[in-house]
Amino acid sequence: MGEGQWEVDDSLLAHLNELDAGTEEAVANGDETGLRSALEAIATAVKSGGTRLDDSYLGPSELVVPPVDLTLAEARELMHGEGLIPDLP
Amino acid sequence: MAGLMSRASTIAQAKFSKLLDRAEDPGQTLDYSYEQQLVQLQNVKRGIADLVTAKKRLELQSSAAQQQLAKLDDQARQALKAGREDLAREALSRKAALEGQIDGLTQQAQQLAEQQEKLIAGQKTLATKIEAFRSQKEVIKAQYSAAQAQVKIGEAATGIGEHMADIGLAVQRAQDKTAQMQARAAAVDELTTSGALEDFTSQGDDLDRQLAQVSQASQVDDELAKMKAELGQSSEPPAIEAGQ
Repeated sequence: MGEGQWEVDDSLLAHLNELDAGTEEAVANGDETGLRSALEAIATAVKSGGTRLDDSYLGPSELVVPPVDLTLAEARELMHGEGLIPDLP
Repeated sequence: MAGLMSRASTIAQAKFSKLLDRAEDPGQTLDYSYEQQLVQLQNVKRGIADLVTAKKRLELQSSAAQQQLAKLDDQARQALKAGREDLAREALSRKAALEGQIDGLTQQAQQLAEQQEKLIAGQKTLATKIEAFRSQKEVIKAQYSAAQAQVKIGEAATGIGEHMADIGLAVQRAQDKTAQMQARAAAVDELTTSGALEDFTSQGDDLDRQLAQVSQASQVDDELAKMKAELGQSSEPPAIEAGQ
């Protein structure tokens, strides 16, 4: 979501996966409001339960949190194909 | 099928491992990777600068449209004073249409401003990571065997790569939003140029001309009444004496 890397506890990970399932359901139902609240719940969970890593930290992330204001159309593009995430040089 | 979070992660990782597969000699990979990061950082900076410029222009358009709103309001008032309710109604309906467009524009501009703040923060993070990568690459080159270096490079480069993909996505989305706003601003422009008067004497459309005439006519009436008052004349026609 363009806000740096965060470290979360393993116990939070299960909760995040639950919330992530909510995004899938919302996209399947075409529920824009549901999608928004699921994404917000994920972002809030990461920010309140996680620790922001230093900007100079160099390491891969296990998960990528999508932007909170992702639209249904963008979410569908993300779900199918290679969409949305730009190619690297 | 998985949720959005796992999907985004899978795609980012897949894109990145493709990039790493090109790596052969660790030292070369490090230098090449570093160059690519700098290019990417430049692209992000340019993207942000373009967005700021586009937003500025949209804000100017929006404030020009605000002035047109005041003008339409004034015209409606004058038309009503002159007893031309039809013209007043027309001016007000144009004002309402313009208001709707401006509201949408303002909302989008706010979202864009939020996105830009995040982008600028993201760009700083990326710059910091690239700087960290630069110092680490020298350490890796000097201290590790080829096999170890490969692993270290993989970790460092993947971390940066994810961040580049992340911020690249943010730039792309902000660009899309700007394009949407430009379309909306074009609609506002159309409303202002077709609807409101820039200049009372310019050749506007029919409503413009009629409103201008009404406004000019009432101005003439006002001035005439003022002059008459100064000359001590009644604005009423002189009464005719009875019996004559």
